[in-house]
Amino acid sequence: MKYIHQRRIPLSWLLLSRQPLRLLVALSGICFAGILMFMQLGFRDGLFDASVTVHRLFDADLVLMSPRSMSSIAMSGFPRRRLVQAMAHKDVVGISPVNWNFLLWRNPETLSTRSILALGFEPNDPLLTNPTFAKKAQLLKNEGRVLFDELSREEFGPIKSWFNQGRIVESEVAGKRVRVAELVSLGPSFGADGNLITSRETFLKLLPTNPPGSIEIGLIRLKNNANPENVAASLRYNLPNDVKVLTHKEFINFEKDYWKNSTSIGFIFSLGAAMGFIVGCVIVYQILYSDVSDHLPEYATLLAMGYKLKSLSGVVAREGIILAVLGYLPAYLSGNALYAIVRSSTKLPVAMDTERALLVFLLILSMCMGSALLAMRRLVDADPADIF
Amino acid sequence: MSNADKLINNLFTVDVKGVSHWYGKGDMRKKVLNSISMQIRPGEVVLLTGPSGCGKTTLLTLIGALRNIQKGDLFVFGHELRNSSRKTRQILRRNIGMIFQGHNLLRCLTAEQNVQMGSDLLNGYSYRARRNMAKEWLREVGLSDHSKKLPHDLSGGQKQRVAIARALAAQPKLLLADEPTAALDSVTGREIVSLLKRLASDQGCSVLMVTHDPRILDVADRLLKMEDGTILPSY
Repeated sequence: MKYIHQRRIPLSWLLLSRQPLRLLVALSGICFAGILMFMQLGFRDGLFDASVTVHRLFDADLVLMSPRSMSSIAMSGFPRRRLVQAMAHKDVVGISPVNWNFLLWRNPETLSTRSILALGFEPNDPLLTNPTFAKKAQLLKNEGRVLFDELSREEFGPIKSWFNQGRIVESEVAGKRVRVAELVSLGPSFGADGNLITSRETFLKLLPTNPPGSIEIGLIRLKNNANPENVAASLRYNLPNDVKVLTHKEFINFEKDYWKNSTSIGFIFSLGAAMGFIVGCVIVYQILYSDVSDHLPEYATLLAMGYKLKSLSGVVAREGIILAVLGYLPAYLSGNALYAIVRSSTKLPVAMDTERALLVFLLILSMCMGSALLAMRRLVDADPADIF
Repeated sequence: MSNADKLINNLFTVDVKGVSHWYGKGDMRKKVLNSISMQIRPGEVVLLTGPSGCGKTTLLTLIGALRNIQKGDLFVFGHELRNSSRKTRQILRRNIGMIFQGHNLLRCLTAEQNVQMGSDLLNGYSYRARRNMAKEWLREVGLSDHSKKLPHDLSGGQKQRVAIARALAAQPKLLLADEPTAALDSVTGREIVSLLKRLASDQGCSVLMVTHDPRILDVADRLLKMEDGTILPSY
């Protein structure tokens, strides 16, 4: 209909902008709700991402795991033979057996101990995709040497600064002396406050109860043109069921799902976001409702002039859209800034991604449009016969 | 309605036939209009006077398609208003200009934008054309210099001029005015009414004006007096 698409005076914008104080209150309310949602959803996704910081770094197409392993903090062993058996598949080009367990690290400064995630592997095998890692791995061929994660939390001691000063950093892991051979950069995860990497030989010295033929994860690398899904299916068929075959992506999701489903983190932060949504709804509804009420005689005049109730509802709806867009922009910017602050202070991998930016925008939009719909009901009270 | 009837009705811009109206319900029900009959011809300026509470404004809102007809027949531009659909009334209202006692301008719009709210009701004109129309009407009422002012910054007489420009900008065939001079001093009031009459006649627009300002009665082509819900016999 031509009537609807005709360009008009931007009444919605003028209604809002000629009352700057009210507009400011509305926008800060929406902005606040938006920031709250950004933070809660950001923390949630950040925590889930943080649970797989190490998982992402592995140089692997497929991962073998014990079916009894529940998560990175509860890994069980499986026979290393299974990994060797996987070599039989024509698409498999390399394997790396990896031991994975939590050991007690003694802070060399305060001498207090703390649980740290220790990975043990054969220094000649590829472990991480990082290209400089292979050279550092060679240092582990000496017994009792470890690579310390420089991003580990400070509670493990000032390892990074000591090491960079050129000091020989030695400490105890599981009651045995180790020396930090080099620093690596992995990042703390949900389950682990810090990480260290060592050779399998040293690992078995630190944890003598671990059977030498048992590993916690097995990394499998495939030919470039191989389809990981197909190889995984074929291995699943051929290997006994005392081992689980996952693609690298499934391995990451397996860990994330554990934190999503077995903890209340997802629920808590989603609830926080919902609170922001509700607060925003209340504020926007209040603003739009009182705006419509204040202008009721003017709306009635427009009705008397021959404007349709539908076009007046359109005015209120456009007010909602304007509020949503104007409120979202500062929320987006503040969200980005706050993410940067959170990243630097908690080392959580919280960042603005398109998906979340879009989600929060849609939430704000539905918040404003829902409130506009409710406020429109007030328009029915605009009786043009009353204004005479 | 047969075509012949339609033709007869079309002779009148407004044709009121035995319209009665009540307010309230039950025991409180009060008759405000008692079997009113009147007509307005195209281009005619009719003034409606009478003491307050005699039902003038009620009649005006009935003709303006703002209230439902309870009894009797009322035709505007040949359209029966009784039991008319919401859509019919809305379209009719677009052809009826209204000027209120309180100017009822939109506070958030400038004078020019207020007038354009009137011309925006017209179909088939570009935004620029409708904007120019608004400017033109504002010039007609002598307010070109005040086009960017908000109603807040205009005097009472200026606001009423804007209201007239707004009503006429929609190119109505009928103009209903409810005491347009009530809030104005006598000189301004006189000026406004003369302006209203001149502009309306230029457009061939009929005017029904409710007033009890005796100083402006002479602008009328015809004078109707109301008392206690009836129109007194003309004299």
